[in-house]
Amino acid sequence: MGLVVEAKGLKKYYDGVKAVDGLDLEIGEGEIYGLLGPNGAGKTTTILILLGLTEPTAGEVKVLGYDPTREPLKVKRLTGYLPENLGFYDDLSARENLLYTAHLNRIPEKEAKKRVAEVLEIVGLSDVAERPVRAFSRGMRQRLGIADVLLKDPKFVILDEPTSGIDPEGAQQILEMIVHLRDEKGMTIMLSSHLLHQVQRICDRVGIIHRGRLVAQGTLGELGAVVEEGACLFEVRTSRVDEALLGALRGIEGVTSVEAEGELIRIKATTDVRPRIARAVIESGAELVELKGHTYTLEEIYLRYFQE
Amino acid sequence: MTAVFWKELADHLGSRRFVIFFFLILIVGGASAYLAAQALSGRETASEFIYLNLFTVSGGGLPSFLGFLAFFGPLIGVVLGFDAVNSEFNRGTASRVLSQPIYRDWWINGKFLAGFTALAIAVASIILIIVGLGLYIFGFPPNGVEISRIAMFFVISVIYLGFWLSLGILFSIVFRQTATSALASIALWLFFTLFLYMLAGLIADQVAPIKPGVSADVFAKHESIRDLVLRFSPVALYEEATTAILIPSYRGLGIAALLQEAAVPTSPLPLGQSLLIVWPQLVSLVALTSVCFAISYVIFMRREIRST
Ligand SMILES: Nc1ncnc2c1ncn2[C@@H]1O[C@H](COP(=O)(O)OP(=O)(O)O)[C@@H](O)[C@H]1O
Ligand SMILES: [Mg+2]
Repeated sequence: MGLVVEAKGLKKYYDGVKAVDGLDLEIGEGEIYGLLGPNGAGKTTTILILLGLTEPTAGEVKVLGYDPTREPLKVKRLTGYLPENLGFYDDLSARENLLYTAHLNRIPEKEAKKRVAEVLEIVGLSDVAERPVRAFSRGMRQRLGIADVLLKDPKFVILDEPTSGIDPEGAQQILEMIVHLRDEKGMTIMLSSHLLHQVQRICDRVGIIHRGRLVAQGTLGELGAVVEEGACLFEVRTSRVDEALLGALRGIEGVTSVEAEGELIRIKATTDVRPRIARAVIESGAELVELKGHTYTLEEIYLRYFQE
Repeated sequence: MTAVFWKELADHLGSRRFVIFFFLILIVGGASAYLAAQALSGRETASEFIYLNLFTVSGGGLPSFLGFLAFFGPLIGVVLGFDAVNSEFNRGTASRVLSQPIYRDWWINGKFLAGFTALAIAVASIILIIVGLGLYIFGFPPNGVEISRIAMFFVISVIYLGFWLSLGILFSIVFRQTATSALASIALWLFFTLFLYMLAGLIADQVAPIKPGVSADVFAKHESIRDLVLRFSPVALYEEATTAILIPSYRGLGIAALLQEAAVPTSPLPLGQSLLIVWPQLVSLVALTSVCFAISYVIFMRREIRST
């Protein structure tokens, strides 16, 4: 598997502000990579560096084998970019806007017209192709943006906050489109977002960025494992909760904390102590309603990192 | 670059501001030429270059067409340029366009050439309309010398307006807000069309004050200092260049030329000679334009392209 993005020790300082601070990033061919982090984490800055739209203060980057600072055109020919706040020429129609992009990519006129019609079809905007973009909703603009990105048939697509400011249904549509691009067109996709519950489902791999640093990277499973290291979480539901039971649970070897919340008891332990929890509950005379090991959602992983 | 050029040209020609300015100049310029024509056809001795006089003679309280273009022409140039780049950033189209495989300087050049072409179209049609007006009033066509000099006048005028266009574009790069770049452009316009003339007079008065009974030497010095200061003004450069082209007997600025003129009866110079006189002015205008470009490039080539 070839690497589409290879960045080492990437830094970008704005007089004193460390927007990106020693970032290592690798994105493999054909994957959807989610760069996740709160606002101001350095996501957009990282993306600008990858596209040669800003120069890194230090570090090395290769996108599709080219250095974006030295050979920006080669990178841009193969890479589609959906900016965070994307704008169109409001007086021109959707079709005219896309045709302009096609011309900038030197796609011959005949081919350009065909491609524009195709991509408008893909994003479901064929019906409004002749309308000025002024009248478009935020969701329609975003879809038009994706059409704009697809026009040059890129190998690699970078989407900056593709779902922010869009209603859940529209966001869902866009996410489905992104999956479609990977599956049908074999494109590599990098997307940034601060709304991880929305995007986590579609990402093959995520990187969590905070204050310009990548604090964790991997598949969802891997990230969960990192968090869980030395800490398993169990949730127990019983018919009755009393101090005797809690005391018994605390007495189990390997249990580090026990918290009760009504009927629900949360237990943290260093190893899998489920059989002993079950026995303790039965022995206390209560009924065991439910016992489950907890898997971390990305949301929790995310929160956990940002609490530090 | 051709894609940028055609799009921008279409934008200019269809834009309200271009149409407004075009008709403004057409009406006022046409009126001044009409009054000039009336004044000319009322004269006893017909002028040798009556069509050229159409542009230089003022009648009925209106300034001559030349004076009018020298004063208001910069506004059209600036109006076509002042928001060329910053408006693309404000609309969020810059990120999209500059992530396509085009060089940044092409983008600027395309914008400049489109504005330049729009200016050329405007000036050419106004000049043609004025000549048509002359044909209607005088009843005979312009001679070959007149045609070639009017063509030259056209070229110089477009270069002059082109300088102001490049200044507008420079300001559109320097200032993020379109309002700021518009104000800066207007400030510079006022400086060159009004204040520099006053300043030149003031400086000359300081260095070589003219009191009653001063020698011709002091008088000459006063004039040459004034001219020297005015050399820095594109307005003065343009006025001098076009005067030499439209008034064939014109031999240059300053007291020396004046004295010479008094001594020798004014005979018209061939176009080549007139061109020789205006060569420095032309070169200066082109150089000023190049300076605007050079600064634009230096600022823009490495700027971060972030959609805010
Ligand atoms: N041009 C700039 N000058 C100074 N600081 C900047 C500039 N651009 C971004 N920053 C700062 O860099 C940090 C990262 O910004 P950004 O990459 O846009 O974050 P994100 O996209 O993750 O929200 C922020 O703290 C922001 O304030
Ligand atoms: Mg951002």
